[in-house]
Amino acid sequence: MAYDKFNILKTSAYPLSIENVDTDQIIPARFLKATERKGFGDNLFRDWRYNADDSPKVDFPLNDPKYSGKILVGGRNFGSGSSREHAAWAVYDFGFRCVISSFFADIFRGNCLNIGVLPVQVSEEFLQEIFGAIEANPDTEIKVDLQNQTVTLLSSGNSESFEINSYKKENMLNGFDDIDYLQNIKGEIQEFVKTRPF
Amino acid sequence: MSNTLFDKVWDAHVVRKIEGGPDVFFIDRHLIHEVTSPVAFLGLKTRGIQVMEPKRTFATADHNTPTINQHLPVEDPLSANQLRALEENSKEHGILHWGLGHENNGIVHVVGPENGITLPGATIVCGDSHTSTHGAFGAIAFGIGTSEVEMVLSTQCIMQPKPKKMRINIVGKLNKAVTPKDVALYIISQLSTSGATGYFVEYAGDVFEEMSMEGRMTVCNLSIEMGARGGMIAPDEKTFDYIKGRKFTPKGADWDTAMEYWKTLKTDADATFDKEYTFNASDIEPMITYGTNPGMGMGISNQIPQSDTVKDGKATYEKSLSYMGYEQGESMIGKTIDFVFVGSCTNGRIEDFRSFASIVKGRKKADNVTAWLVPGSHKVEAQIKEEGILDILTDAGFALREPGCSACLAMNDDKVPAGKYAVSTSNRNFEGRQGPGSRTLLASPLVAAAAAVTGKVTDPRELMA
Ligand code: SF4
Repeated sequence: MAYDKFNILKTSAYPLSIENVDTDQIIPARFLKATERKGFGDNLFRDWRYNADDSPKVDFPLNDPKYSGKILVGGRNFGSGSSREHAAWAVYDFGFRCVISSFFADIFRGNCLNIGVLPVQVSEEFLQEIFGAIEANPDTEIKVDLQNQTVTLLSSGNSESFEINSYKKENMLNGFDDIDYLQNIKGEIQEFVKTRPF
Repeated sequence: MSNTLFDKVWDAHVVRKIEGGPDVFFIDRHLIHEVTSPVAFLGLKTRGIQVMEPKRTFATADHNTPTINQHLPVEDPLSANQLRALEENSKEHGILHWGLGHENNGIVHVVGPENGITLPGATIVCGDSHTSTHGAFGAIAFGIGTSEVEMVLSTQCIMQPKPKKMRINIVGKLNKAVTPKDVALYIISQLSTSGATGYFVEYAGDVFEEMSMEGRMTVCNLSIEMGARGGMIAPDEKTFDYIKGRKFTPKGADWDTAMEYWKTLKTDADATFDKEYTFNASDIEPMITYGTNPGMGMGISNQIPQSDTVKDGKATYEKSLSYMGYEQGESMIGKTIDFVFVGSCTNGRIEDFRSFASIVKGRKKADNVTAWLVPGSHKVEAQIKEEGILDILTDAGFALREPGCSACLAMNDDKVPAGKYAVSTSNRNFEGRQGPGSRTLLASPLVAAAAAVTGKVTDPRELMA
């Protein structure tokens, strides 16, 4: 599914300073029963966000009205565990276009890139600085510039560059996806199939 | 040039290299199930494209299926809907489908190897992170997201940057009651849940050479829990014996040609890895986890580590222990438990049930324990019956359920209630993984059996002759 082009994102952010956030927390398995990609944002972090009686847990950052924005800042090793792309869909559907962390699990990172959410890996020091800045002022804005591969904390002006391979970068800047690419080289793939022994 | 096993298999599947980008990577065999495939089929429909190679995709229903009364209609309408979608999508695109009740049905990573879908030197993907299981046969196998499922359906390829290479050697001989599960939990406890992120692992050394195919599958299965995309073991005579004659294994002259190739699938003596670890088999004890990720495991006779000695942040560590209701410095031995779950693609094969039965034989299930014994497939179930294991289980007060993922991810009704403790042979002890508020202790089938008959965490060595 093609998605919106990503160029520069400048918004406030939600902080989630927990480490090893796994995709079972991002979206628990019992919400994976849909056959369409709709409404997953409602259940993003379901069990951290709501009590068993469905009332919101007031101290969870996503429920705290002082936070806003299209960026989610997460602790180290974000997105580990299950390969469920539903986790990335839930992040997207809630309104996030970017996740910042000091380390991402592989599959989650790939899933994000495939659906138009930009994973931005920063140093642990910078991550802590971002958490600190948001804590001091929840309206703190962060600027993510994909073309120049930089992330800037606007309150201090401090900035870091981040990695993304040039192919994925082009895709995100243009809102293309891998299937568009693969469809275009189908002839080449069909030739390759003939060489496979099984 | 000298190459690793991983290089040999990877490089043979690269259709095209993209400068500064991923490889266009060809997939030999693709497994699908009801949970991560419907949106991919929807994507095909939206784009108006067909499945390119339907014979390379295999469908089984497992994640969201009941483990009792499978002959009756599925009660939960959402689950029933997903199962119907899998069946209809498979039919529409000419994909082989093993639905509920089919003799070949079972957990995707159990039925793949059983039916010879899994082969050495092949590339195998599935929308499930434990696809790494198939690496036990010298295949490159890993989990993918739904967008990638759509890519494989439409072009039999995905776009993947080649991971870095890691080798993990375990030398020497395993101690009594130390199973492949303990080996894997030990490695994860040493490397942490992110220690192998970005890498593909090859397991090598005496311990893996001597290990059964079932055991190798358990180890490769858990590769993802240390962050690795997958793990693999070079194929050998055991591998060839296992796959020979299975449903989708090459036959006749094709077998001979394949064998010639498969015999070349080993890491060359002077090939190098980006990272290498070596552990001593004798350092490994039966393992148990005490926290909320699979890296929080220890030898069963040890104490829960103090927060200032762990790699994760203190706050994260303490949050995890408080969720579990445990304290730093405590022993796990003697902790009361409420549930025992034996099953999943990690430990739901015949060897696991043999192992469980070896301890419960002649004993009785503890009254405070609810036990869910869930075979990985109908074939495993049949073998449990044939080998007389079912009689041992029944005599000890246990019942056998029907195959499926069950309490491994608790999408169906097999949910551990909030606050309750389960000793589970599955792969994840995340918060709420086995049901909202559930608390999971990961362990081997032997440790699970010892817990099931004593009602508390017990060292299985005490119950073994
Ligand atoms: S048993 Fe668990 S890990 Fe294995 S395929 Fe099923 S849900 Fe995934």
